Amino acid sequence: MLGSLVGVLFDGFAYGMLLFLLSVGLSVTLGMMNFVNLAHCSFAMVGGYVTVTLINDLGWPFLATLPIAFLAAAIVSIALERTLFRRLYRATDLDQCLLTIGIVFVSVAVAAYFYGTIQQPINTPAYLRGTVTVLGMTVGAYRLFLIGVSLAVTAILVAALEYTRFGAQVRAAVDNQRMARGLGIDVDRAFALTFALGGGLAGLGGALAIEIIGLDPSFGFTYLIYVLIVVAVGGLGSIGGSFAAATVIGISDMAGKYYFPELGAFVIYLVMVVILMWRPLGLFGRR
Amino acid sequence: MSIQANNPHQILSAGLGWTRLEIIFWLALLLPFVLTPSYLSLASQIAITALFAVSLDLILGYAGIVSMGHAAFFGLGAYTAGLISKAGWGEPLTGLVIAAALAALVGYGMSFIIARFRHLALIMITLGLGLLLHEAANSASWLTGGADGLQGVKIRPLFETFKFDLYGTTAYAYSLAGLFLMFLIARRLIHSPFGLALRGIRENWTRMPAIGADSQAHIRKIYTVSAAIAGVAGALLAQTTETVSLEVLSFQRSADVLVILILGGAGRLYGGIIGAIIYMVARDQFSGVNPQYWYFWIGLLLIAVVILLPNGILGGLSRLTVRWGGTWR
Repeated sequence: MLGSLVGVLFDGFAYGMLLFLLSVGLSVTLGMMNFVNLAHCSFAMVGGYVTVTLINDLGWPFLATLPIAFLAAAIVSIALERTLFRRLYRATDLDQCLLTIGIVFVSVAVAAYFYGTIQQPINTPAYLRGTVTVLGMTVGAYRLFLIGVSLAVTAILVAALEYTRFGAQVRAAVDNQRMARGLGIDVDRAFALTFALGGGLAGLGGALAIEIIGLDPSFGFTYLIYVLIVVAVGGLGSIGGSFAAATVIGISDMAGKYYFPELGAFVIYLVMVVILMWRPLGLFGRR
Repeated sequence: MSIQANNPHQILSAGLGWTRLEIIFWLALLLPFVLTPSYLSLASQIAITALFAVSLDLILGYAGIVSMGHAAFFGLGAYTAGLISKAGWGEPLTGLVIAAALAALVGYGMSFIIARFRHLALIMITLGLGLLLHEAANSASWLTGGADGLQGVKIRPLFETFKFDLYGTTAYAYSLAGLFLMFLIARRLIHSPFGLALRGIRENWTRMPAIGADSQAHIRKIYTVSAAIAGVAGALLAQTTETVSLEVLSFQRSADVLVILILGGAGRLYGGIIGAIIYMVARDQFSGVNPQYWYFWIGLLLIAVVILLPNGILGGLSRLTVRWGGTWR
């Protein structure tokens, strides 16, 4: 019982880290511009399919594809931001939702057109397969790798936000956009860069997700719900909040599926509704 | 609007008169009986979807409450109608009433939650409640049949005379009548002082209580009405197709009805109906060619509508007719 509990906690944490990578960009951009970008998981899908193509068709090693997945998703997201999204910054929540849902629909169909509706298989390298023993616990090597990457990314993100000039500008824009503009900060530029960074992180998450949750054209919809849950529960614009929320959601989903398989995803939706009713702005929301 | 009026009651009663265009529109909905008798099943589905869109329009278009989980009430109505017929009560009209009552009851309960939230939290809570109900129906397969759908729904002939046949004649007549009756109720509501207050809430939620209109109480009322109408739509679907699949509760259905309403134009009642006709006919035609890529076109259409036609197709049309000196309201 205890052994399985530790296993569930570990797998849930690894899953939560994946959700964190997928959602942190959305949380920051939402907090900054109040732009509800439901197409965020489509950026993750871009990263996933780039990795699949590079590995299966061009024979690249898995690790080398990860930066490319990041870059590709970042480029796609900034292209969309410059052409479509920026027209709607002052529009209503609903219009933003609809435009971005339209993009999800298109991306799902495009992925189905080029790759078919099947799950994409990839060969992870031998050193990431199987299990390793850490502190007397037997854990999946890939999940350990995933946790390592996510923690590294989190550390870099937090450091960049806390200690660089750009990070200070982003924090100022999230806290009070008008005031930041008044102080001469180029909020649009900071936002575009943050948007690209968030899209890139989603792309990285999408590439890392293939091994754990698979990749098919419906990814943009299925995981959108999870990402939104993490963002709403964590509170907008808060990296720490996203991290905490992703951990809670990842572990409760894994535990729910392990201990009460007949309930399906019921547990995680319940957790979200209860948390939001208790704190409508999320666990760490301030506005 | 071209009406000059100083007193709100004049504005309201002016809106209640039927224009020639509206009468022609409703008469045109009878045409499928003569022109396309082989498509009456599709016509019936369209009428049901249109009714569902009208129910969403009441809360979204008028009161400004965005719901990403409205399929909850549609599904509730469908399962209620299906289950009572399976239990031996196959009379359709009472089935509709029971389904509407149950959906209204649940809607009233949920409205206490809904009325407290706005913006992203509201979107997420409606989404979450919708998903919860979907998961619950999936888990309770002893009651709902789970993913296989509800089997053994048997509906008695309408008024004990008109059977629900394969051609869909009765089905379309029945669904169209349901749509028209519910539409009359919705139309009466929005042209009442209550409807005016709803529009006030949509424009400024916090200022309405200052002039003596309790926003939350109004939202609770309209949400209950909207849930009941969505329940009727779901029940109509269950009764005319004699099956209920888990899909009636899905997020896809909530998203589709939102798309339909926005496409047609929210906040104009006819928007939902026009949107449903265009969406369903286009889907029927396109998915025959390549069903997978249907969503590609819907996605492009959505992007185009948001960027180019902010008030939907009806909004665009009314702008055109105003420019040409017409009198479309």
